[in-house]
Amino acid sequence: MLGRSANGIYWMSRYLERAENTARLLDVGFRMALTRGPNAAREEWKSVLITIGQEADFARRFPDHLGPQVVNYILRGPDNPLSVLSMVEDARTNARSVRTAITREVWEATNECWMVLRDLLARPVRETNVGEVLGAIRAQTTQVRGAMDGTMLRNEIYNFSRIGTFIERADNTARILDVKYYVLLPSLAWVGSSLDNAQWETVLRSVAGDRAYRWLNAGSMDPRGIAQFLILDGRFPRSLVFCYEKLKSNMAGLARQHGGETSAHQLLRDAGVRLHEASIERIVEKGLHQFITEFIAGTIRIGEAIAADYRFIE
Amino acid sequence: MQPDSRATYDEMLDPDGAVRPAYHGFREWFDTQDRDWLKRQDAEAERFFRRTGITFNVYGEDAGEERLIPFDMIPRIITAGEWRKLSRGIEQRVRALNAFLHDLYHRQEIVRAGRLPARLLRDNAAFLPQMAGFTPPGGVYTHIVGVDLVRTGPDDFMVLEDNARTPSGVSYMLENRETMMAMFPELFSRIAVRPVSDYPRRLARSLAACAPDRARDGDRPVVAVLTPGIFNSAYFEHAFLADQMGAELVEGSDLRVVDGRIAMRTTAGYQPVDVIYRRVDDEYLDPLSFNSDRVLGVAGIMDIYRSGGVTIANAPGTGIADDKAIYSFMPEIVEFYTGEKPILQNVPTWRCSEDEALKYVLDNLKDLVVKEVHGSGGYGMLIGPTASKREIARFEKKLRAKPDNYIAQPTLSLSTVPIFTKAGLAPRHVDLRPFVLVSPNGIDITPGGLTRVALKKGSLVVNSSQGGGTKDSWVLED
Repeated sequence: MLGRSANGIYWMSRYLERAENTARLLDVGFRMALTRGPNAAREEWKSVLITIGQEADFARRFPDHLGPQVVNYILRGPDNPLSVLSMVEDARTNARSVRTAITREVWEATNECWMVLRDLLARPVRETNVGEVLGAIRAQTTQVRGAMDGTMLRNEIYNFSRIGTFIERADNTARILDVKYYVLLPSLAWVGSSLDNAQWETVLRSVAGDRAYRWLNAGSMDPRGIAQFLILDGRFPRSLVFCYEKLKSNMAGLARQHGGETSAHQLLRDAGVRLHEASIERIVEKGLHQFITEFIAGTIRIGEAIAADYRFIE
Repeated sequence: MQPDSRATYDEMLDPDGAVRPAYHGFREWFDTQDRDWLKRQDAEAERFFRRTGITFNVYGEDAGEERLIPFDMIPRIITAGEWRKLSRGIEQRVRALNAFLHDLYHRQEIVRAGRLPARLLRDNAAFLPQMAGFTPPGGVYTHIVGVDLVRTGPDDFMVLEDNARTPSGVSYMLENRETMMAMFPELFSRIAVRPVSDYPRRLARSLAACAPDRARDGDRPVVAVLTPGIFNSAYFEHAFLADQMGAELVEGSDLRVVDGRIAMRTTAGYQPVDVIYRRVDDEYLDPLSFNSDRVLGVAGIMDIYRSGGVTIANAPGTGIADDKAIYSFMPEIVEFYTGEKPILQNVPTWRCSEDEALKYVLDNLKDLVVKEVHGSGGYGMLIGPTASKREIARFEKKLRAKPDNYIAQPTLSLSTVPIFTKAGLAPRHVDLRPFVLVSPNGIDITPGGLTRVALKKGSLVVNSSQGGGTKDSWVLED
């Protein structure tokens, strides 16, 4: 396949994944705003913006972190190049430019995703329809993933799409974990915290892991357990280990089809070894923030190596 | 519904209001359908096109603005007998076009014989000196041709223009049929319509048959569609055709010269391409040969082409055949190269370069259509009957200053075909663009083509950029 097409499908998948994760973060923020006082809500909105790297740009434009402003800025801010709407637009533009690499079903799902969200986001989102909008983002992006799963040939095109998805997802989960822990708990050693369960639930909810975690732990919340779950539990589809396992199998697919490995494979293997050797105790000992920072930087390096090794651009 | 006027030929109704044979089967079906259901289907068709992304970009609109070409669900129907005659005429004309192009870039016998003035080639930007003395692989110049036909009577099909450069619209021919079959499957089980859906396969086969010699003994030739990119007005079609052919869709930045071949940048390195179906104009094809600074093409591709490393379809320099001054000589051209009388007539054309013709045109501007010889797509022309006095006066000045630059034609009363409106069926003017494939194995015409329809009552302008729509075009089985 063309290097340019590999680049297109990789970014299409990344943008859709990011849009979906952003919708989840907003959902949690919105829930907090409803159930906690205005101060807690303000802090929550701030942490959402920090997580997706848009706090500085937002603060330059708005004096206060009010729900409607934050939600609209993130979803559809006309001067926000990383709004959900422009991400979906970018995903569709990428899909259009790789139209011959994807099936008709995938293209139509992507196009429909854009059309639905463009219409929903044509006017400011209000409290009364924010739930509908966030639900539509999740549903539409899920539909694209479903069309991929159900109709795409399992060749390198599919591999590049999945690699985009899991690079993005690993990055997003890591950032959520980092920011939330930073905000909620200065020290992981602090066991038996007085913070109530609802706070911890927001972390899990942000990655759609609340139900799974409760089921595994009979309802009890503890910071270490949550960190271990989000980083090391290979059964949970948004954990770091899970994302890296998927990266590994899709990279192995590329190696098979290309008759050999590249520098990206080596980088991924090294990072995988570090992740597998890690235990939650060691991570805490080292400092969660530092662990996450290194993880995010490592993921970026892998992404860059893939782009170079497979000639995404000239 | 009543025919538009006595002078206009309506393809469904004869002057007494009786349904013509071509439409018998369709009307029988149509008259028994529930109107409200048809209206719902009509709305559904638009949704279908939007979802599949069959859109075109209009230049000058907001960046990224995508529009639909309106689709009308009443088919345009041609009988088997009408089509037989039409396709004979088209084949003859396309055969002549290829012989003509070969001659123009070699000995120019037609000029030597005094049948075509040499001045038509001099200073004509569409005539490429880079092609002189070179014969493309298989001797084919126009791999894909769209012949624009208009009809003025039962047996009167005329050629309005030849599109030998990069004819577009074939994706609409295919998608219109898909849409009709999805909306009205029972119609196709009642009426035997010749299929069009194998066009992409035929195109792929035709292009592969034109691969350079060196590529023909080994594996299947590698075919790629070269597009200017997603902002081009016909991008949907480029992607659609590549997808249907199983070919790569490449942009100029994906290609470069590697070891004397044109190669595309794949994830596994550079891979040679044998045939490039380019949807990029001549002047952007090779910045080295044509001094353009736009990077839509590939630097050095003309050298590789001339040394037999790659096939370019259509061949560079075929645009000369689209020139409207050349067009006016097509009857002579057909006769010169085939030795036969032309089966399809030209629209009567006055060449303003000739004194007598110019005088006639100036005296009758309000009744004529005047076109620039190098123009296309309905731009830069005067439609006398609908133009204001000021517009005519302004055009007259341009015409006097540079008569060589213009030809004139009578305002034809194009045939009408009904469209579906809220008030019922209503006649609208149409043209027809059949698509023709040329390879060393022969000339292949897909039965039907693209019918463009002027949706505004009385309008003669069918261009999609100016309010035209499209219809499914049926050729009936014998």
